[in-house]
Amino acid sequence: MMNGVLKRKIRENFVAYAFMAPALVIIALFVVYPIIYSIPLAFTDYSGVNPVVNYVGWDNFSKAVHSDDFWIAIKHSVMFVLVVPIIQVLSIMLASLVNRKLPGMSFFRVLFYIPVVTSMIAVSIIWNWIFEESGILNSILINVGLMKDPVLWLGDANLALFTLMFITIWQGLGYYMMLYLAGLQSLSPEMEEAAIIDGASRFKTFIKIKIPLLKPYVWFCSLMSVISAVSVFDVVFAMKDDGGPDNATMVANLYSYRKAFIDFDFGYSAAVGVLVSIVILALSTFVFIYGRRGGMNNNE
Amino acid sequence: MNKEFEAAYNLRAKKQMKKAVSTILLYVALILIALLFAGPFLWLLSTTFRAGENIYDMTLFTTHPTLSNYIGVIDFMNLPRILYNTTFITVVGTLLDIILAALCAYPLACMNFKGKGIVFGVLTSTMILPAAAGLVVNYLQVQRIHLIDSYWGVIIPGAVSVFSIILLRQAYLGIPKELIEASKIDGASEVRTWYKIMLPGVMPAISTLVIFDFISKWNAFLWPIVILQDPQKYPLATALKYLNGQFNYKFGYIAAGTVISIIPVIIVFLLFQKNYINAVSGAIKG
Repeated sequence: MMNGVLKRKIRENFVAYAFMAPALVIIALFVVYPIIYSIPLAFTDYSGVNPVVNYVGWDNFSKAVHSDDFWIAIKHSVMFVLVVPIIQVLSIMLASLVNRKLPGMSFFRVLFYIPVVTSMIAVSIIWNWIFEESGILNSILINVGLMKDPVLWLGDANLALFTLMFITIWQGLGYYMMLYLAGLQSLSPEMEEAAIIDGASRFKTFIKIKIPLLKPYVWFCSLMSVISAVSVFDVVFAMKDDGGPDNATMVANLYSYRKAFIDFDFGYSAAVGVLVSIVILALSTFVFIYGRRGGMNNNE
Repeated sequence: MNKEFEAAYNLRAKKQMKKAVSTILLYVALILIALLFAGPFLWLLSTTFRAGENIYDMTLFTTHPTLSNYIGVIDFMNLPRILYNTTFITVVGTLLDIILAALCAYPLACMNFKGKGIVFGVLTSTMILPAAAGLVVNYLQVQRIHLIDSYWGVIIPGAVSVFSIILLRQAYLGIPKELIEASKIDGASEVRTWYKIMLPGVMPAISTLVIFDFISKWNAFLWPIVILQDPQKYPLATALKYLNGQFNYKFGYIAAGTVISIIPVIIVFLLFQKNYINAVSGAIKG
């Protein structure tokens, strides 16, 4: 009797792990292991080429914090957080524009979402061609007489990072619009009607009633947006894979990537990665705690 | 007509007028924003029908449209080969993700086994913890199993995503327990129950995953650059990045290649947008 139960238990465990084994092996090797192994790798001089690997203590970390390039890259990644408030405000506005029961609204929603599903490479090719010195943006601005000389949107060290931020906003707006739209649609329409009957304007209802109710969404979206802003990589890699001009677009993850795959300094690259992760964790914890507090105050 | 009625009538007309004006303003705003979103794509498209030097021509419609860029890009990019690479990596990668995730999520949703809490906890924590040097370590892993410069080196590290497992587990949980019990009483094995009862039950979730996977794998460019050394093996997005860097004076070809790379994604998205958008907005509600 006891034996039968035990046998069944063992069999059940075996079947369960047999189902999971292929996926778990891949996740262990390519997801879990990299998270853990990043840290010891940061304490070595591994070059990817030389088979001899030495433990170098905190050398890579001290090299990073004493390097100007590292701090410039960190500064640019943190500056990218400027995208977060802009993208949140614009996407809430956009969501409220398309949240009407009028003909054609779903067309606009889908259209605004298309850049989100388009590859970063295609996006970068299109915008590179628009922002080029002899590109269409400059020709339009010169032709309508707004400027005399072309602006180097991507070539000017003072502008390039902001141009990349613009592209990030253009591509990401539809995504956050869709999330806020889900938020707006979860609010009960009676509340808005009541406010409008009481004589409040649509705008006032939006600011005073809807925005506070959307707070949990704003908090969640900002958190995601902060994490992806600090870990910005794709847009820079696609448009300016050397971080130029003159390091003006060098962001932390690109710096770490180049240290590994251009300079073959894998240990140093891993150390930079660990430091970047600490910055990301710190910033997202800040948003998490701050946002949670704000969200609770208003919803209880 | 008495005065009161007239006043009320005027007020209503005024209100309706105001409403009409605000609706028109809304559409004007939306159309302007739509131009900002669609304009770059339309301009790219119109460029591909332009020959040679007129790339920076500002008119949207060319007087002499030509398909020469689309014909030229076939040779220029070795398009048949590149499309084969892209399709292979996308299709095999998507299939593996669906199969492995559908298998792995089943016990997590429907069976009791030792270590269930630990397995689930580890899976969810990988979604939060950043892999500080994930790209570098994964490159070293692929090097260790000698899959550098092979399609499998591109496919295997991303062959199953934790996101897919968690999404499918959620879908399995929605299937009534009685169905599983009934199947077991009928004497079906676990594998048979999974195949005959569970898998058909989660088909809507699987079709959502197919769209997600298709789009992300078709668009992927970084990992293929890291793993593949021979540009002949590059998928479309990676090849475009590479060629745009090397031959940007061939802009007509690059533009045609870019249009070809975007079209499948837009078609899939348009066909399944309801499903896709529900999944995106569902993530925030859950």
